[in-house]
Amino acid sequence: MNLRKNAITAGLVMVVMIVLLGILYPLAVTGVSQVLFPGNANGQQIHRGGKLIGSKLIGQSFSDPKIKNGKAVEEEGEPVTEPDPRYFQTRPSATAPADNASATTFSNLGPNNKTTEEAIAEHVKAYLEMERPYDPSLTAAQVPVDAADSSASGVDPQISQANARIQAHRVAAVRHLPLQQIMKLVSQNTAGRTLGIFGEPGVNVLELNLALDQLTGGTR
Amino acid sequence: MTLMGWLQIAVFFAIIVAITPLLGGYMARVYTGKPIILSRVLGPVERGIYRVIRADVRKEHDWKAYAASVMLFSLAGWLLLYLILRTQTSHPFNPQGFHAAPWNVTFNTVTSFLTNTNWQYYSGETTMSYFSQMAGLTVQNFVSAAVGICVAVALIRGIVGRSGKGLGNFWQDLVRTVLYVLLPISIIGALVLVSQGTIQTLSHYLTAHTITGLNQSIAVGPTASQEVIKNLGTNGGGFFNTNAAHPFENPNGLTNIFELLLIFSIPAALTATYGRMVGSRRQGWALFAAMTVMFAVGVTVLYAAETHGTPAQHTAGLHTQLFSGSTGGNMEGKEQRFGIAGSALFNTVSTDTSTGAVNAGLDSMTGLGGAVPMANLATGEVIFGGVGSGLYVMLLYALLAVFIGGLMVGRTPELLGKKIEAREIKLASVGILITPLTALAATGLAIADHAGRVSIFNAGPQGFSETFYAYLSQANNNGSAFAGYTGFIQPSAGNIGSHGVTFADLLGSFNLAFARYVPILFVLAVAGSLAGKKVAPGGLGTMRTDNTTFVVLLIGVIILVGALTFFPALLLGPVVQSLTGHLY
Repeated sequence: MNLRKNAITAGLVMVVMIVLLGILYPLAVTGVSQVLFPGNANGQQIHRGGKLIGSKLIGQSFSDPKIKNGKAVEEEGEPVTEPDPRYFQTRPSATAPADNASATTFSNLGPNNKTTEEAIAEHVKAYLEMERPYDPSLTAAQVPVDAADSSASGVDPQISQANARIQAHRVAAVRHLPLQQIMKLVSQNTAGRTLGIFGEPGVNVLELNLALDQLTGGTR
Repeated sequence: MTLMGWLQIAVFFAIIVAITPLLGGYMARVYTGKPIILSRVLGPVERGIYRVIRADVRKEHDWKAYAASVMLFSLAGWLLLYLILRTQTSHPFNPQGFHAAPWNVTFNTVTSFLTNTNWQYYSGETTMSYFSQMAGLTVQNFVSAAVGICVAVALIRGIVGRSGKGLGNFWQDLVRTVLYVLLPISIIGALVLVSQGTIQTLSHYLTAHTITGLNQSIAVGPTASQEVIKNLGTNGGGFFNTNAAHPFENPNGLTNIFELLLIFSIPAALTATYGRMVGSRRQGWALFAAMTVMFAVGVTVLYAAETHGTPAQHTAGLHTQLFSGSTGGNMEGKEQRFGIAGSALFNTVSTDTSTGAVNAGLDSMTGLGGAVPMANLATGEVIFGGVGSGLYVMLLYALLAVFIGGLMVGRTPELLGKKIEAREIKLASVGILITPLTALAATGLAIADHAGRVSIFNAGPQGFSETFYAYLSQANNNGSAFAGYTGFIQPSAGNIGSHGVTFADLLGSFNLAFARYVPILFVLAVAGSLAGKKVAPGGLGTMRTDNTTFVVLLIGVIILVGALTFFPALLLGPVVQSLTGHLY
């Protein structure tokens, strides 16, 4: 075997592969996708009044800047936000800030770690503080796991049905709407298992909140 | 555990059983030069490539020439990928203007993609330009997978070869694998993924103005074209940092199963390819059966463990039982749309094979649940395994099994009529033991040295698990991670001001390369050694390699080797945690 000749072949194969698999293939797939499935290929963007509101697939925070004594509270130069009670809230997120869709990360909190326990206890406490005023019978035992455990991507667009039904009490009270109506909206925005078998049912929070706003007219 | 969860797992596996003979038979035709439909269309392309690369593909390689070609090709790929990633700033398709990552992280990334591992210290959406992802990483996803398949096919040719030393022509095997197997499935698969919501765009990142008046920057990119080959080639490197947990990579329950089918399809099919090429389909199904048993045990344990929940959840006062509208279980680091069953299945399949894609945070799994991916790695990635590498390592184990079986009944060990002698057993044993030895040595070094311990995220036994998993995963070319373990400090997106952890990056790189290429050399040497042997007709005294007894023996050998090498390490991490409710 001629080593030199084989080395030249090795280099040439790599160049051919880069052109074929690294340039032609992804560009062709991009072109065909943009023609056949433009909505999906671009991330199922949701626009309202000409503005991009978000992506159906990406969870986002529904919070407002925290105001104290008429001034926005800041911490290390970043405005502090708090959940907006008029909206359904997404799952805990380990990204910084929460629901950061340009730098996703796992929480990586280990199963037997003190910090994990503290984080989960904190989430349970915050959840109860937010929801119990509107649903006095709510106990820690009823908090669904998805409401206290951080999601994997940090931008999970969904919450569980149980989580949504609990939050519905607050949303109904704050918006002065019958609970029945909110519950109906929750079930309308629940995605079942794909093809009836694959995955778990979940409620898309952004779509649900947009439907809420539509119900009360206008976006706010 | 729920009925729907089990149904999902059963449907998935039934589809794998159905496609194994179809794809396996097709691949056997590709590697034995029989006519296939695609060669009518792609034949001219194939011949054109041979002219461009100046290779005479009619000339067969003996094992040394085959090995030399593999090594030269990998070296060329390494240099080109390093060049691409380090010159990122001067490429097109870099809408976010990302700088190149530091040299030590790039060194690790390049080695990792060359070895079909895709261990990721970097985070895709804050580090890599679209050009780097496409022309750099996607290309290696294809060709590193193809190299694995070529080596497996060469070993099969060695086993069936009646005379002479030829194992086929590496360049021809490589080009045919890419053109006739990987590329067509990838094109169709990518479009299927986009049809379900996986994104594929070259646009710059989106800026959304949310309904409460906040801004949200959303990373996008050419994801589907990389996602499909990441799974099909058992590579596992995600376009985004959170891999297949990211909704843009894996948007729903159906894509979750589709990606799993892509992962298992080729490793499973290769058992059928083996069966056809050696002239007895039962031989292939025997290997398939051994793999299936170990897969089933893994997914059951992981599913049960995650359903139970973690000590941290229980002491925090969170109730983890299932009730109407809630999955229950350990949802820390899991996505609602996959739940417990979809997450347990994905991460079992992905660590059975050397894929290492994840749709949940492995670091957050229960002690026992996290032990399943570890055990899958500890058995040497033979539960279907990496494309090609799963089969060739499994065949090394089969050699060991016939040897041990032969000793027990006092017969000359043979595989498919070929006598297995001292030389083959020596080569196979070393080929098998290199990987665990590399992993254990690196783990020991990383735990003993302060420079290694800076990479740890969680305290206590979980920190040991992270370290052990990191080197085990890199040595087995898997690429999944207890992702708290870090080799890259990146204060902000775009790599400005970032630096790598040299110790972890370089120790990992050594681990990756050594445990990939040394076993490949030993496998090809075994192939060369078997190729020249005469076939003796089987008799009554021949130990069969296609019946239940052999399947049990094979599983026994694999577990024995894995348990003996890794039991102490497994005790220190996951076993400690799964037996206690104590918090560290």
